[in-house]
Amino acid sequence: MTIPVEALLKKKENKSRFDRDAELAAGDAKRRDFHEELFELEEKGEWIVQRVPEPYVEVPTKYGRMKKVPKQMMWHHKSCGQCGHIPGYSTSIFWVQRKLGVDYNDPTDQTSCTAWNYYASATSNAAAQAAVAGRNFAAAYETGYFPLIHCGTSYGHYKEVREELLLHGELRKEVREIMKTLGKPLVMPEEIVHYSEWFYAMKDEIAKHQVRDFSDIAVTVHPACHYYKLVEQDAIYDPDVYGGQRTAIVSGVATALGAEVRDYSTWFDCCGFGFRHILVQRDFTRSFATQRKIEKMKEEANPDVTLTHDTGCVTTLDKSQFAAQAHDRNVGVPVMSEAQFAALAMGAHPYKVCQLHWHSADYRPLLEKMGIDWRAAWAEFEAEVERLEKGEIDFLTWADVDA
Amino acid sequence: MSQTGALYKAEAVAGYADVPLEEKQRLFDEVKADMRFPDYIYGCYECGICVAVCPSARFYDFSPRRIAQAVAREDAELVYQQMQEDIWECSQCFSCLRCPRGNNPGGIITIMREVSINNGLASAREALEGYTRIIYKIMSTGTQVSPDMLQPDAFPDWGPEVKDVSDKLELWRRALPPETHHTTTTGWEVSDKTLVELYLIWHKTGALKMIEEVDEGLHMILEEVMEERLEEEGIEV
Repeated sequence: MTIPVEALLKKKENKSRFDRDAELAAGDAKRRDFHEELFELEEKGEWIVQRVPEPYVEVPTKYGRMKKVPKQMMWHHKSCGQCGHIPGYSTSIFWVQRKLGVDYNDPTDQTSCTAWNYYASATSNAAAQAAVAGRNFAAAYETGYFPLIHCGTSYGHYKEVREELLLHGELRKEVREIMKTLGKPLVMPEEIVHYSEWFYAMKDEIAKHQVRDFSDIAVTVHPACHYYKLVEQDAIYDPDVYGGQRTAIVSGVATALGAEVRDYSTWFDCCGFGFRHILVQRDFTRSFATQRKIEKMKEEANPDVTLTHDTGCVTTLDKSQFAAQAHDRNVGVPVMSEAQFAALAMGAHPYKVCQLHWHSADYRPLLEKMGIDWRAAWAEFEAEVERLEKGEIDFLTWADVDA
Repeated sequence: MSQTGALYKAEAVAGYADVPLEEKQRLFDEVKADMRFPDYIYGCYECGICVAVCPSARFYDFSPRRIAQAVAREDAELVYQQMQEDIWECSQCFSCLRCPRGNNPGGIITIMREVSINNGLASAREALEGYTRIIYKIMSTGTQVSPDMLQPDAFPDWGPEVKDVSDKLELWRRALPPETHHTTTTGWEVSDKTLVELYLIWHKTGALKMIEEVDEGLHMILEEVMEERLEEEGIEV
């Protein structure tokens, strides 16, 4: 039997393109808007919903629902991996917000979401994970600032926790009792907002503050699994970016800054982090990160840098390349978050703000292409470190980094 | 049990002792009793999309489809085998949520792992070998990884920058403008009040108790650290 190629091609031509409204009309659990239940439970006194403060920007999500992203009043829910091992990541988020005049709170009354450990070792349970989330949400609520989640895993996990709490009254009851012993109410934010959603919502304003030309910079984007695969309906998809077929989040920011976003075939693959693997089984992590991600990017797109928006992805893609070099693999792509990339575009210092000396893959050729004299910048950073060493200053301050 | 698995796993795991079917059924019933279980499995088309997108399936003898099928068929025998041989290979990336049937194989694995921990299975003990310092860090400090973990002997494959960071750690932490970032033993500064609240959560939800099954020594240390702190605050647990 011959294959009816012509007939099949004709059928394909006639097939209408992805139609968001039609998919919505079909309806399923994933596409429902959870807000009705969220506010119903508030009316019943089950929890307090912390409203997104005004002013906010509305951005489109996967199935068309518009999501509110606040412009101001941020309670920074920091990431342990960012703060601990790639501190230029969180520093850049703060620096960009300061430049845009954002009123924010950087709390000490915050724990990690503890999800890295949960996904690595399972030494926890649904109630403990929900209580940790609830404690942090209540702590934010007490300050009047709105949680902005730095880590992609925290963001994904908190959305999972929200789904579990929405579905299971007995879990809400258990967590509410625990909150009571802590002297706190059970609080759920109206939206769970990732920092990269703030960057996406503010991309045009960020671009207005751009002082470095990135039109010669080619980037690849690694979208973080826990951002758009866990509770997928909350992730930002924009019909103007990839025709709404992929999350728009980092690509939109890179494009707004004038960089060229290049595609590669394994964009959907995870980075290889693995949660437990990155710590105790790194042979898997290294192999996956280099063979399925970095090498594919090099072969197919040859970018100047790869951008991502999560703690584990920056760590994995950056740190995995060193060992692969020993095997003459086709690696050597600098890795950073789009927060660091945006900060550099806005004139941030590569060491005092973006803290690139904590990174592993060689970023210096990229800085040169951006018109940054990294040798001079490093000398400036070293001079500040010397002041610290001599006791002339205790800490590098925000005033120092912009001096 | 696969021969490949036997070559790489510790003897206690590769050659784990068989247990009566009733015991396997008891463990599976624990998995099924988790309130999340009905939201995670709806049957399986056997389409293999979850395998195609799974990073662990590319590198290990591992398949999220087999996991979904075993639990959907309620095959307690096979589920037990998977709890001993397979579940710790999963990357927990949740790419498998692409399942057209709406299954969550990664989520099922999370539950299976929890049951393995609660029952002190050999595979859980092996998986957590070398990982206990991380559990100690997250449960006792509230942050998972800390700057002082960046030691060249722990991360020799991450390049010479790790040594630079380690050598200059205290200075470079003070060269970070956010005031909460000047720490070396935690990711950021966590207030005392916050830690006390976290310890209460670990106690009240049974998360601390879970550690006892897989690492008694670690459990004793954590219990001591937490109880001492809670007693200082006049809190009895």
